[in-house]
Amino acid sequence: MLNFVIRRVIQIPLVMLVLSLMIVGLTQLLTPEQRVAPYIRSEQQAAHMDEIIKQRGLDQPFVVQYGKWLGSTLHGDLGYSRASSQDVLKTIQTRLPATVELTIITAIPILLLGIWLGTLSALHKDKLLDQVIRVLVVFGYSLPTFVLGILLLAVFYAYLGWLPGAGQVNVLNQFALGDLKRYTGMLSVDAALNGRWDIAWDVIQHMILPALTLVTVLSANIVKVMRNNMLEALSSDYVRTARAKGLASRVVNNKHARRNALLSVVTLGGFLIIGLLGGSLITETIFAYPGVGQWVVQAALQSDLAAVLGFALLSAVIVVVVSTVVDILYGVIDPRVRFD
Amino acid sequence: MTTISAPVPVDQRGRWQLFWTSPAMRKMRRNPLALGGLVITLLFGLIGLFAPLIARPADNCLRDLNITTANEVYSPGVALRAILTPPASCYKIQRLSFQQQPTVPDAQAPFGTVNGYSIFYGLIWGTRTALKMSFIIVGITLLIGVIVGAVSGYYGGWVDNLIQRFIDVLFALPPLILTVVVLTIMRARFTATGNAYDPTVPIIVAFCIAGWAGYARIIRGEVLRTRELEYVDAARALGARDWRLITKHVIPNSVAAVFTLAVLDLATIPLSVAALSFLGLGFEGGYSEWGQLVDFARAWLKPEYWYVLVYPAIFIILFSLAFNLFGDGLRDALDPKTR
Repeated sequence: MLNFVIRRVIQIPLVMLVLSLMIVGLTQLLTPEQRVAPYIRSEQQAAHMDEIIKQRGLDQPFVVQYGKWLGSTLHGDLGYSRASSQDVLKTIQTRLPATVELTIITAIPILLLGIWLGTLSALHKDKLLDQVIRVLVVFGYSLPTFVLGILLLAVFYAYLGWLPGAGQVNVLNQFALGDLKRYTGMLSVDAALNGRWDIAWDVIQHMILPALTLVTVLSANIVKVMRNNMLEALSSDYVRTARAKGLASRVVNNKHARRNALLSVVTLGGFLIIGLLGGSLITETIFAYPGVGQWVVQAALQSDLAAVLGFALLSAVIVVVVSTVVDILYGVIDPRVRFD
Repeated sequence: MTTISAPVPVDQRGRWQLFWTSPAMRKMRRNPLALGGLVITLLFGLIGLFAPLIARPADNCLRDLNITTANEVYSPGVALRAILTPPASCYKIQRLSFQQQPTVPDAQAPFGTVNGYSIFYGLIWGTRTALKMSFIIVGITLLIGVIVGAVSGYYGGWVDNLIQRFIDVLFALPPLILTVVVLTIMRARFTATGNAYDPTVPIIVAFCIAGWAGYARIIRGEVLRTRELEYVDAARALGARDWRLITKHVIPNSVAAVFTLAVLDLATIPLSVAALSFLGLGFEGGYSEWGQLVDFARAWLKPEYWYVLVYPAIFIILFSLAFNLFGDGLRDALDPKTR
């Protein structure tokens, strides 16, 4: 087991190294001028483009450029983002907490709803309830995030006026933010820690629509997997034995079947993170939510390469770390899984 | 002398009948939702194919088709040309005015206009764009995935190891984010040269880079199984070379595994393309494409402009729903476990 853990953890930097080599290699498709152009701000700079290229070493061989890039990246310098007028790392530091906040508030209902509906669907296989849930599931994953987001915005913000449509806080509360003492960077948590429950509530209200969008789309898959696992568990020998012994069906369902069906839901953690990271680009843009997703879309629109590369590396780190943790967890909870 | 007895009567079923009565088709035929999905999907296919006849050419498209009035498109020669090889200008959404504010549906623009663009024209030609993109992208990714997967599985050893580790690395990035990275670079490259370029190229390249690995993984697993079968050994003993073994014996018996995945991808790729256009990273303004029309709707969410959002949303959701119902039915039908 320890052997496996060590081997998985060693893989993380290796994967990151190859990935960075690949993405930085892709930028070589651009001429040095094309890579500099998005960051030129004045006539004067434009006139001295060649010198800037020389100074930044953009005309040197790829190996040298990559070495330089790797060196500065390892020192925490990911370059300057034009889209946020800030260093890439600084931008990530200021914007990531908002995305994490939204991710947490989304992931919990996705898992609960997915597991609950999946179990329910399997226990009532082919009955009306199962049919209804299955139709809902198809609807759920057929709805593209961006269409659902806009529809929710149109209904709950523009038509009913129940929920705020954009940003993270109301304009009035915006002024109070400066007085808050920041502990975690996550606005709702910090506001609550400062005793400003009104701001915390306001922030949560702003997260409802983006969260609802992602929950609808992403929980559908969990329901599907959970239903299949549960059906498999219910038809297994140990469940039949338990029933034959005369055990109450509630105990059989909850203790024997569901616990085993839950095992492989853990492996969906990686899938969920990928979905949420990708989804953040779209939902944060729709709801003008100030997280990393919104920033990277702006950056991509402005050909802000440093920002896009920085964000890609960040998401790769998140995905690789999460899937490693998931693999290890899976080994811990299911001793049948052998690592060789 | 022995007399040759009359041939034993064989059940003479044609290819079509064999297909129609196969267990998978029997199961498919009993699934009304999947059939409904198939019918609607085919309907979208027809809309895409006959887009020039449904939303008649306008503006520059008329000029490039060498006709003067829109109704001339119904004459057979022009119709055939418009359907098979429409000029690029036909993909530009018909622009009725330069007024930003939406106008209500009327005879000229059955679904209304936004930014002066006819929503009807954009949706009909957008269907064509969506299907065109999805067939091209699925075709290329499938080809690359099958070849790479087959080579990886057939040769094994360090080749396999190298390819598989590379795929591991690709899988570390969420596909949407990898697509955005490639698109950003491609866009910077194309726009910097200042030349006119085909707007579909950067999108196709980005999706192909992000998409082939999934197919390669599955094909590799299948090939690992197929290459051990006796008929492959037999062919090798007869002196067939590796390339012939791979293309004639191994691949044909391995591709079935990716068939349903490819069908489902045909449904998801137009939606991903639309999502990118919605973000502004896909097609340029005024190109007939679904995502862009939803993007226009963002500025006009008030109930009185319902048509700006509702029509594009219906098109996209109906397409996705129908295709997914069909794809799920297909997967169930082909999965021997559920028979």
